[in-house]
Amino acid sequence: MSSPATLRKTAAVTVAAKPILELRDVKISYITRAGRIDVVPALSFSLAKGEALGLVGESGCGKSTVAYAIMKYLGGAGRITNGQILFNGQDMASMSEDQLRQIRGSKLAMVYQDPMSSLNPTMRIGRQLEEVPMLHMKVGREEARQRAIRFLGEVNLPDPELIMERYPHQLSGGQQQRVVIAMALMAEPDLLVMDEPTTGLDVTVEAAVLDLVAQLRHKHDTAIIFISHNLGTVLRVCDRVGVMYFGELVEEGPIKEVFANPRHPYTRGLLDSIPTMGADKHSRRLSPIAGQVPSALARPVGCGFASRCSFCEPATCTTVPIPTIAIPGEARHQAKCVRLSELPPHRRFQVVPGEATAEIAKSGETVLGIDHLYKIYRPSGTIFDSKPAEVRALTDIELSAERGRTLAIVGESGCGKSSLAKVLTGIEVATQGKVKLIDWEIGHVPVEKRNQAQKKSIQMVFQNPDSTLNPSHTVGFAIRRALQRLRGISASQAKTQAAELLRLVNLPMEFVNRRPRQLSGGQKQRVAIARALAGDPALIIADEPVSALDVSVQAAIINLLIDLQDKRDATLVFISHDLSVVRFLADHVAVMYLGRVVEYGTVEQVYAPPYHPYTEALLSAAPVAEVGKERERIILEGTIPSATKQIPGCPFASRCPRKIGSICDDQPPPEHVTQQGHRIACHIPLGDLAKLNTRAAE
Amino acid sequence: MGAFAARRLAALIITMMVVSMLIFAAFEWTPGQVASKMLGPFATPEQVELLTEQMGLNRPAPVRYIEWVGNVLKGDLGYSTYFKTDVNNIIWDRLGNTLLLASIAFAIIVPCSIIFGVAAGMREGSKLDRTISVLSIVTTSVPEFASGVFLATIFVIILEWLPGASTLESGGDWSIASQLVLPVAVMVLFDLGYVVRMVRAAMVDVMMKPYIRTAVLKGLGFRKVVLGHALRNAMVVSLTVILLQINYLVAGVVVVETIFAYPGFGHMILESALSKDTATVEAATLIIVLIVVITQIAGDLGYMWLNPRIRFK
Repeated sequence: MSSPATLRKTAAVTVAAKPILELRDVKISYITRAGRIDVVPALSFSLAKGEALGLVGESGCGKSTVAYAIMKYLGGAGRITNGQILFNGQDMASMSEDQLRQIRGSKLAMVYQDPMSSLNPTMRIGRQLEEVPMLHMKVGREEARQRAIRFLGEVNLPDPELIMERYPHQLSGGQQQRVVIAMALMAEPDLLVMDEPTTGLDVTVEAAVLDLVAQLRHKHDTAIIFISHNLGTVLRVCDRVGVMYFGELVEEGPIKEVFANPRHPYTRGLLDSIPTMGADKHSRRLSPIAGQVPSALARPVGCGFASRCSFCEPATCTTVPIPTIAIPGEARHQAKCVRLSELPPHRRFQVVPGEATAEIAKSGETVLGIDHLYKIYRPSGTIFDSKPAEVRALTDIELSAERGRTLAIVGESGCGKSSLAKVLTGIEVATQGKVKLIDWEIGHVPVEKRNQAQKKSIQMVFQNPDSTLNPSHTVGFAIRRALQRLRGISASQAKTQAAELLRLVNLPMEFVNRRPRQLSGGQKQRVAIARALAGDPALIIADEPVSALDVSVQAAIINLLIDLQDKRDATLVFISHDLSVVRFLADHVAVMYLGRVVEYGTVEQVYAPPYHPYTEALLSAAPVAEVGKERERIILEGTIPSATKQIPGCPFASRCPRKIGSICDDQPPPEHVTQQGHRIACHIPLGDLAKLNTRAAE
Repeated sequence: MGAFAARRLAALIITMMVVSMLIFAAFEWTPGQVASKMLGPFATPEQVELLTEQMGLNRPAPVRYIEWVGNVLKGDLGYSTYFKTDVNNIIWDRLGNTLLLASIAFAIIVPCSIIFGVAAGMREGSKLDRTISVLSIVTTSVPEFASGVFLATIFVIILEWLPGASTLESGGDWSIASQLVLPVAVMVLFDLGYVVRMVRAAMVDVMMKPYIRTAVLKGLGFRKVVLGHALRNAMVVSLTVILLQINYLVAGVVVVETIFAYPGFGHMILESALSKDTATVEAATLIIVLIVVITQIAGDLGYMWLNPRIRFK
C-alpha cells in the first residue's frame, strides 16, 4: 500500500484544471477569553465551475463557519489563522476592502438560513433588489428595476411587479427565500454559498426551492456550496458532498457514491440515524450516534470522531494525526479514517419482510376520541371594526387514538396541528364538538378548570427544549416539582421518583443538579420528556419534538419515545412535518390541511396508494437521503389560503394538481371510507385516485 | 392611517376624561378639605366653613366636577389663590416660556443624539463608541443642579459672559437670547447623554441583524450600509424614547427653572403646589397630561410611518 501522502496527491490531480474556489489547509480560529479556539484546523477542498458541493454534518461541526470564512465575514472574533482561500485563483487574504466589496454580491453571493430576518424589514423588496445591479453593473434605477423584475420571474414568483412594491413581512417564507435567491443571482455570480436555505420552510415549499436551485444552477452555470443538516436536501441539489465533523472534512466525494457506499464511520452514523423509506418501528430501531461533538478547546492528536466511533481502535486512531486517504477505484472519493480498508462494507438498512416483529393486536381501548371538533376564533370587535373575520382553525375533526399507540398528525404550518394540541391540552376550548379523554369530556373544559386527574392524564413535549425549561431551575427541581404537583407526593418521595424518571430517559443521576444551559439539545429534550412523564400520563402530546435536533440525536429521542411507549403503554399524539419520522414512529396518521383532516388511516394505508392528492404532494416533496429512491416531485404552487376565508368546496382545491373541475371549488368533497377504516376526503373516487397515483409513480 | 388617527383621537378624549376625574378626586374629593388646604393649619373651623360656603364647596362632588369640567371647556380655568389673578392670566405665559426653552433644547437634542448615537453604535467597541459612551454617561449622571451651578460658576462668575438669572426681563443688561443659553445648556447636557445611549443601543442591535449582513455581503460600502439599511431600523426603536423627552422637557424642568429663576411652567407648578393653589395645579396637571397624550399619538404615527410592518398588515 502506498503512503497516505501520495494517495492524497493523486486525488488532488484529478480535480478540474481551474477551480472557482480552492481552500488550502485553511485554519479558522475564534479568539475568545478562554483562548484561541481552532474550530476548523486544516480544511482543503476545491470547487470547479458549475459544480455543487454539499456540506453536511451535525450542528457545531463548522459548516457555517466555513461558509462565512469563504465570504470573509467571520465577525470580530473569527480569524483565518493559516492556509489560503483562493477565489478564481486569487488569495482572498490579499484582497483589500474595496476589492472584496467588488466581488461580494457580484461574483460571490450568499443565500441565508432565515430569509425573513435576512431582508431589511423597512425597505421595499424592489429597492433591496435594485441595489445589486446599481452597485455592481453601474446601471441606473430603471434598468436595475427591469433586471430585478426579470429575476423575480426567474425564481418563479408570480406578479414580480407587485412583489417589488412589497415589504418582506408581506411575503410568505417561501416567497422571501425566492427573493433572497433572486438577489444572489442577479449579478450572475460564479459561486453561490447557501447556508441551510430551506431549514424552517415547509416540505412542499422546500421541494420547490430545491428544484429551483438545481434548475437555475444549470442555467447560469453557477458553482454552489450548499450547507445543510438534512442529507436528503443535499442529494437533490449537489454533485459532490463533504461530510464535516469537528471542523474537518471526514469524507468527500461524488454524492451518489458517498451515500450509496459511505466509508467514514461518521457518514455511516449519520445515514443510519435517519429512518429509511418504508421502515417502521416494528422492523428496526434507529441507530443514533452516541455522545456529542466534543469541545474544540481541546483538540485530540488523532481522530476527532474516535470518542464516538464504534470502530475505534485507540492504538491506531488516537495517537497520530489522521491523513485523508483516497478510496481506491473511486475517483475523487476520499475519507479521513486510518481504518478505512479494515472496515466492514456498509449496508443501509433495508426492510426485510420476515424481520418485522408481528403487529400487536389492536388494543381496542380508545384513550382519545375527537368527535366533530370545531375551533373558530372570533376576534373581539372594536368600536371601529365590529365584525372582524372569523378564523376557522379546526373544522369537523374526527380522530381517535388507542392506548399504547401513536397517532401522528402531519401537515404544513398553518394546517391546524397546533390548534388541535391547544384544544387537547385545554389552553383553548372547543367551539363545537367533543373531545373525550378516557371517560371525561374535556373539549370545553379549559385547563384551569380541569381536575387533577385530567391534568395529569395529558402532558406535552414541545419543539424547542431551550425555551420550555426554566433556565434558573435545576433539572431535578423541574422534575420534582412536576411530580409533587401532579401526584401530590412528598418531597422525599419526589426525589426518588425523579431519579427513577432520569434513569427512564437514559440520563445519568448527576443531572439532577445541572441547569438547562449545561445540557445539549438532546439532553434537554430528554429532561422535557421526563417531566412530561411525571404524572404518568395516559396521553402525551409531542409537538415537533425532534425537529430542532440533529439527526443523530433525533434517532435517540425517537428510540426513547418508542421504548417509553412500550414500557408505559402511553398513547402518543405526535405532531410533525417530517414524513419519514412519522412513517417510522406512527401507528395511525392524520393528514391535515387548512384545519381539516383530509386523510386518515393506519400508517401503511396512508403511505400507500390511494393517496389524497395533498398527501401525495407531501410525500413527493419529502427529501429522501437514499440514492435511487428519489421521487417524481409534485410541486404545489401558491400558499395555504387564509383561514378567514369561507371555502365552500374542497380546502385544497386552490393548489390541487389533480383538481377535476368546478365541483372542487363549489362542493365539499365526500369522505371515502374503506372497510379497513382508511378515510380520504376527495371528489375523485378511490379507485381512480389509486390509478392516478400508480401512473405518477411510473 | 385615517381610521388609526380617529381611534387614537377617541382614546385621547377618553384618557382626558378619566384623568380629569382623577385630578378632581385627588384635589377636591371631600368638602371642606379644599378650604382647609387653602387656609392652612392655623385657620379656625369658622373660617374654613365660611370659605367652603363662599366657594360652594359643600355641594356634592359630582355636581362640582361637572361644573369644573364645564368651566374648563369654556376656557375658564378658575382663580389662582397664589397669584391672585385668573389662572388664565398666568398659565399660558408660563407655558409659553417653558415651551420656548423646551423647543430649543429639543431641537438640539434630536439631531445630536441621532448623530452621536449612530456614530457610536455603528461600530460597537470602537474608540469613537467608547469616547461617546463615556461622555454620555458622565453628562447624564451629573444632576441638573450640579451642572447648573458648575456652568454658572464658569460663565457667570468667572468669565462674566452670561447672566446668572434668566427672568426673561428685556429691560436689563442681558438680551433674552443670552438668558436662554445656560438653562438650555443644562437641560441638553442632562438629557442628551441618555438619548444618545438609547440610540446607540438601538443601533448596536440593528448592526447585528442578519439583514445588515445581507447588505454587507451584497458588496455595499459601510456608509451605504449604515445610512441606507441601518439608520431607519434604528430609528424605529429610538423614536419612542426621543418623543418621551418632550414630557421631561415640558414638565420635568423644575430644577433648571428654579436655579435660573426662570418664569416657567414647572416652577409655577411648584410654587402653586406649595401654597395650596388648587385651581392652578389642576389646570397645569391637565395641560401636562394633554401634552403627554399628544406626544404619544405623534410617536405612534411616526412609528407607523417608519415601520412598514405596522403600516401594511
